[in-house]
Amino acid sequence: MVKAKHDNVVVKADAINKTFSLPHDQHSGIKQIIINTLRGKRSGGYEKQHVLKDVSFEVCEGDFFGIVGRNGSGKSTLLKILAGIYKQDSGDLNIRGTLVPFIELGVGFNPELTGRENVYLNGALLGFNKIQVDDMYDDIVDFAELEKFMDQKLKNYSSGMQVRLAFSIAIRAKTDLLILDEVLAVGDEAFQRKCYQYFADIKKQKQTVILVTHDMDTVIKFCNKAMLIDKGHKTEIGSPTKIAKIYRELNNQNKNTVNESSNRNSNQYVHADATVDNQGSRIVFDINLKSKITLEEPMIALGIYKDDGQQVYRWTSDEKISKNIDITKPSNIHIELDNIFPVGVFTASLFVKKIDRTIDYAIFNDIVKFEVQNESLYKHDTFWKIPEKASFNGSEV
Amino acid sequence: MAHSVFKKYQYSLILLRELVITEFKLRYQGSVLGYLWSLLRPLFLFIILYVVFVYFLKIGSDVPHWPVALLLGIVMWNFFAEVTNNGVTSIVDRGDVIRKINFPKYVIVLAGSISALINMLINMVVIIVFMIINGVDVHWVSLLAPLYVFELFVLALGLAFFLSAMFVRLRDLNYIWEIIMQGLFYASIIIYPVSMIIAKSHILAELLLLNPVAQSVQDARQVLISNANPTLYTVSGNNIFIAAIPIVLVLLIFVVGARYFKRKSPYFAENV
Repeated sequence: MVKAKHDNVVVKADAINKTFSLPHDQHSGIKQIIINTLRGKRSGGYEKQHVLKDVSFEVCEGDFFGIVGRNGSGKSTLLKILAGIYKQDSGDLNIRGTLVPFIELGVGFNPELTGRENVYLNGALLGFNKIQVDDMYDDIVDFAELEKFMDQKLKNYSSGMQVRLAFSIAIRAKTDLLILDEVLAVGDEAFQRKCYQYFADIKKQKQTVILVTHDMDTVIKFCNKAMLIDKGHKTEIGSPTKIAKIYRELNNQNKNTVNESSNRNSNQYVHADATVDNQGSRIVFDINLKSKITLEEPMIALGIYKDDGQQVYRWTSDEKISKNIDITKPSNIHIELDNIFPVGVFTASLFVKKIDRTIDYAIFNDIVKFEVQNESLYKHDTFWKIPEKASFNGSEV
Repeated sequence: MAHSVFKKYQYSLILLRELVITEFKLRYQGSVLGYLWSLLRPLFLFIILYVVFVYFLKIGSDVPHWPVALLLGIVMWNFFAEVTNNGVTSIVDRGDVIRKINFPKYVIVLAGSISALINMLINMVVIIVFMIINGVDVHWVSLLAPLYVFELFVLALGLAFFLSAMFVRLRDLNYIWEIIMQGLFYASIIIYPVSMIIAKSHILAELLLLNPVAQSVQDARQVLISNANPTLYTVSGNNIFIAAIPIVLVLLIFVVGARYFKRKSPYFAENV
């Protein structure tokens, strides 16, 4: 590997390009090769997908560098190129020193082996020899709180136990560069806290880290620099707050277009778009509505759902604002909720109904989505009463 | 210098060690007799072939200690078959790990073949027992036997490299290889003595012995069991150039296989 020029530059990526050849159908057989040869084309049946286009960036020593982007933006591909799992088609990538990638926990775990044997196997994949694993074995087991289970086969572990074991091995790795995928922070809340504690620890230790995530609060909390990737392009590099703002705008735009197309049937009468802004102490919804025809006695409802689909909150215009609203002109509804949401991902759906709930004029499922990173008293309740404030077309009610 | 070479391959060595251990632990897991099976399997195959070919068909009665030579051939063939058959799918089978972490991929193929090699060395214990029972004379020249085992190992490893890399793209390969192996088994002079072929056609015997599998098995039989097992060297009238052909072939297959593997391995992660 070529050394980076500057002393404090750990990663220097210059114009990285990556294309995947996606087969149209079953391609990896001898039949296809014969067919393609007969047709006189060697690589027929492939579609080129340009996943990364001229992505350049630098990571310096001690940086906690966030890479953010939506699903399919190419951020995971970039991560895999950094980790040496994929090879870029063109572009220079210089990494100084050693790196450990955590794309997934427990890589190579074998269900037929005992916990102990898996520690040695997984440790070997991370580059630890037997003596090194011997030395840290007790710490690993202590941290995972699995003393009694180490001689049982892994297949008898719960998924939570497996993740705990894998995580306690992973955090032993001491290298010049750590590459983390947010999917690390899966599992129950207690485990997520452990993960974030680990992030905080390595940040304190000035460890150089590249973190891939779509959770903006994580980026703002831990990163000192972030990069936004959209459709394979590097869109922006900057401070985490700036990147988070751009990312949210991008996300909301996308959300609306998706909804317009996916709810074509239900919004033939109504046009709607919505944005959500997690301001920390408050969650702010802005909903713009316009009905294309005059609707008889309309009312508007906003339901908020946990990621398991359970409704946690419902706002209705007839109860909170007025029984008489007119949305034939472009209308705006502004709702501010005190942020008492627990950690998690939430979606909101918008309904336009007749006031007696007999007719659904329009349903916009999952019109916006937001994530919350704080603790709440309400987390065990099934339905919440949230301190709120709302306005219709600017006038407070 | 030696230190930096060690450093470079340190990760591979750590990984190789763990993978070989893992493969051994998993091999007979859950079976009552466990590792005993690695002795019992060739033994039972030997009994069947002995009853069919030696007892009923009277093949090999002209070769001294033919049953032991038959067993040696079977053990060596099984080793070759295990390395290549498992080799074909080895990279694809480890796809989940390859997609998650970057490591030297050749370690996977090497670990599989070393585990098969250890298995074969255990089988050698059975052969030595049979040699003692049969009263086979052991000479100094018997010490050459490991060399022929090594030759077979290099051949099998080279093929495993080539096949495993190719299987990533060509998923029909394991079926094709299965058919090739069936043909090769009969062509490799395992279950009948060379004298049977020589009696029919001297040229054919020479041609069949150009196959490195046949040549290494035959050479091992000669040095370990009895001079009555003709080798390519003796069949070709002590022609050293002809005798060198299988060796060159083995080296060629290994170099081509290893280079092909090395060229393809950066793209395993996106294709498995």
